[in-house]
Amino acid sequence: MTATFEHSRPAACPACVAAPAAEALAAAPPVDATLMLSLPGIHCAGCISGVERVLNRVPGVTDARVNLTLRRAAVQAGPDVDVADLCAALSAAGYEAHELDAGTLAVTDADRQGRDLLMRLAVAFFAMMNVMLLSVAVWSGAEGFTRDMMHWISAAIAIPAVIFCGRPFYASAWGALRGGRLNMDVPITLAIVLAVGTSLYETMQSGEHAYFDAAIALCTFLLAGRYLDHRTRAAARSAAQELAALEVPRALRVTDTGEETVSVAALCVGDHVRVKPGGRIPVDGRVVAGQSELDRSLMTGESQPVFAGPDTQVSAGEVNLTGPLTVEVMAAGRDTALHRIADLVAVAEAGRGNYTSLADQAARLYAPGVHILSALAAVGWFIGTQDLRVALNIAAAVLIITCPCALGLAVPAVTTAASGRLFRRGMLIKDGTALERLAEVDTVVFDKTGTLTTGAPDPIGLDTLAGSQARVALALARGSSHPLAEALTSGLAARGVRPAHVEALSEHPGYGIAGTWKGQPVQLGRAAWVGADAPDVTATFLRIGDAAPVMIAFADTLRDGAADLVETLKAQGKRVMLVSGDTQAAVRRFAAGIGINDVVAEALPMEKAQIVADLAKDGARVLMVGDGLNDSAALAGAHVSISPASGLDAARAASDMVLMNRSLAPIADAMRTAVSARARIRENFSIATVYNILAVPLAVAGLCSPLIAALAMSSSSITVSLNALRLK
Amino acid sequence: MEILGLLIPVSLGLGLLGLLAFWWMLRRGQFDDPDGDAHRILRDDYDDKPKN
Repeated sequence: MTATFEHSRPAACPACVAAPAAEALAAAPPVDATLMLSLPGIHCAGCISGVERVLNRVPGVTDARVNLTLRRAAVQAGPDVDVADLCAALSAAGYEAHELDAGTLAVTDADRQGRDLLMRLAVAFFAMMNVMLLSVAVWSGAEGFTRDMMHWISAAIAIPAVIFCGRPFYASAWGALRGGRLNMDVPITLAIVLAVGTSLYETMQSGEHAYFDAAIALCTFLLAGRYLDHRTRAAARSAAQELAALEVPRALRVTDTGEETVSVAALCVGDHVRVKPGGRIPVDGRVVAGQSELDRSLMTGESQPVFAGPDTQVSAGEVNLTGPLTVEVMAAGRDTALHRIADLVAVAEAGRGNYTSLADQAARLYAPGVHILSALAAVGWFIGTQDLRVALNIAAAVLIITCPCALGLAVPAVTTAASGRLFRRGMLIKDGTALERLAEVDTVVFDKTGTLTTGAPDPIGLDTLAGSQARVALALARGSSHPLAEALTSGLAARGVRPAHVEALSEHPGYGIAGTWKGQPVQLGRAAWVGADAPDVTATFLRIGDAAPVMIAFADTLRDGAADLVETLKAQGKRVMLVSGDTQAAVRRFAAGIGINDVVAEALPMEKAQIVADLAKDGARVLMVGDGLNDSAALAGAHVSISPASGLDAARAASDMVLMNRSLAPIADAMRTAVSARARIRENFSIATVYNILAVPLAVAGLCSPLIAALAMSSSSITVSLNALRLK
Repeated sequence: MEILGLLIPVSLGLGLLGLLAFWWMLRRGQFDDPDGDAHRILRDDYDDKPKN
């Protein structure tokens, strides 16, 4: 049933974000295209075979290849193959599948970056091993010509390698310096340049100590950290951001001569557009003709479809359910409610940018510290010995020994381990600091429709229907594609009910469906239409002949693991709130059922964002969990945010983490992992600091030989990596 | 010690060979899906005839 909400999602701002790209795609000549699917549930050899077999059987597919590491499938298919059909075929076979952006541009871009880093890492590793081996001869006491030769060969390997491998650091350091800031890469670059420079000078002078091995080892360990960092985030980020069905933002404009398909951007106020059943309304406007029902759940969080007839105000993003509507455009493009929400998101995001990550906190203390220390050591030795060469050597030694090798690995090693664990449980982490922020959370704000519930209605009390009532209801419900009718159909069919023979079926858009059964009129639809009092729950009514209408009520299906999650959070002493755009009655009843006391109902998008902002102002660290467009501003403004993959792409783009499974259970896991990851990161910083405290006095005293530098660097990096692997 | 003049270039050459092999593998996409490749070897889909 959730399928209703899984396809044809609009982009955050259809008129300006997706339009050019989508139209370019649509205009391209029909050739075999590579379609990308996200497969969050696959985990074994059987899944690979199964998925590839299912995909290869779809007509038009020429090749399908699963990537288990990224949990994706790349499908080569003809132009007539629709990604939605592929997803449907996979769902039918029991594999959860989502659509990935067809424009593989961003994916290949991330791939290229990853390969680039890996190549640099490989070259650095090769150079490090060779220089280290050559250095063994020097450490074991080579003298005179042999030592010089070893140094020269080391220089010949290390200098080009350092120039090639260190480029990411140089570029980042240069960027920081130009912006008048200091980051971790500034001391790294300085250490590498100084180490290579003094070593080269020493070699020319037939000196005793050359730090080529240290310089290249530094590059290797830091590149390893960078690569880990990149790999964790690239996979998650591209999957999460591009889980979007790129809907071409087109509208059917009604003109004097008929209908024409135009881009939404070309619509003017006063134009009339036709919206077919199942379509999304492209503009803000007013209904001028037609009757239907509208699904507003992604826009407002209302779970109950609302009636739409002439003069009903409609907003872009709502879904037309039953009958065709003609809408007069009152605002299009940048003026629509949809676009105003996108603006809200931008404002909320700007407000959040002041989080300082643990790594930045460390760098802020560390970078000035080492520079001052090494400068002091150099000045001290120069005053003491009046020898510039000795002073520079000491300065280089201090910079190398304090260089944040372990610091550079401390965070990426832990986040890689943690993200890998959570990825296997179906959670994507888009932002590098999201785990750190998640560990600080003390208040959790949930959205209702689509987040704690699946957003799909589930009929209740079907067993109380008499046999003939159930059969008539099924026969009527089968004739409509309304979500309530579809839910009723599958509910009744699952109970083995066979449809009655109903004739003259006709759908009355906006009201319901009618027919004739054994000579008497039968109706299934809205309360007012069949002559019943409207209840405060989502319900449809069945009327057979002149008998009193029978109510069939619907409940929102609770998402898997939602009840457990709320209970766990409360047991941990966190404040749990429910903020929904749905009606008071529906929200209160639901909150009482799941055990949440803090409830805000009928909240507008800006009110949701305001609630989150107010909580933050009072010092709370808010985790926002939501799926709709109305949540996106709150998601962007919260300390950390999570959205389910079934949510709107605007919500997923605004949040830090995306839940790939239908279950909410991974959220509790993620919070546990986040707390332990933060502890590991702190431990890693302590370990790195201890190594520095032990080695710095040696370096300042001039006792630090290249051997000690190499040992300290390698052992601290290895200890830090091993500590990260202990993550539970 | 003259042998060093031979051994060092030889060892460097061997190392470079490994580096080139790695570069080739990277270009061929052999590190794109390590988990999948580990599992693919175990399935019997194409035991009878190779995938064409």
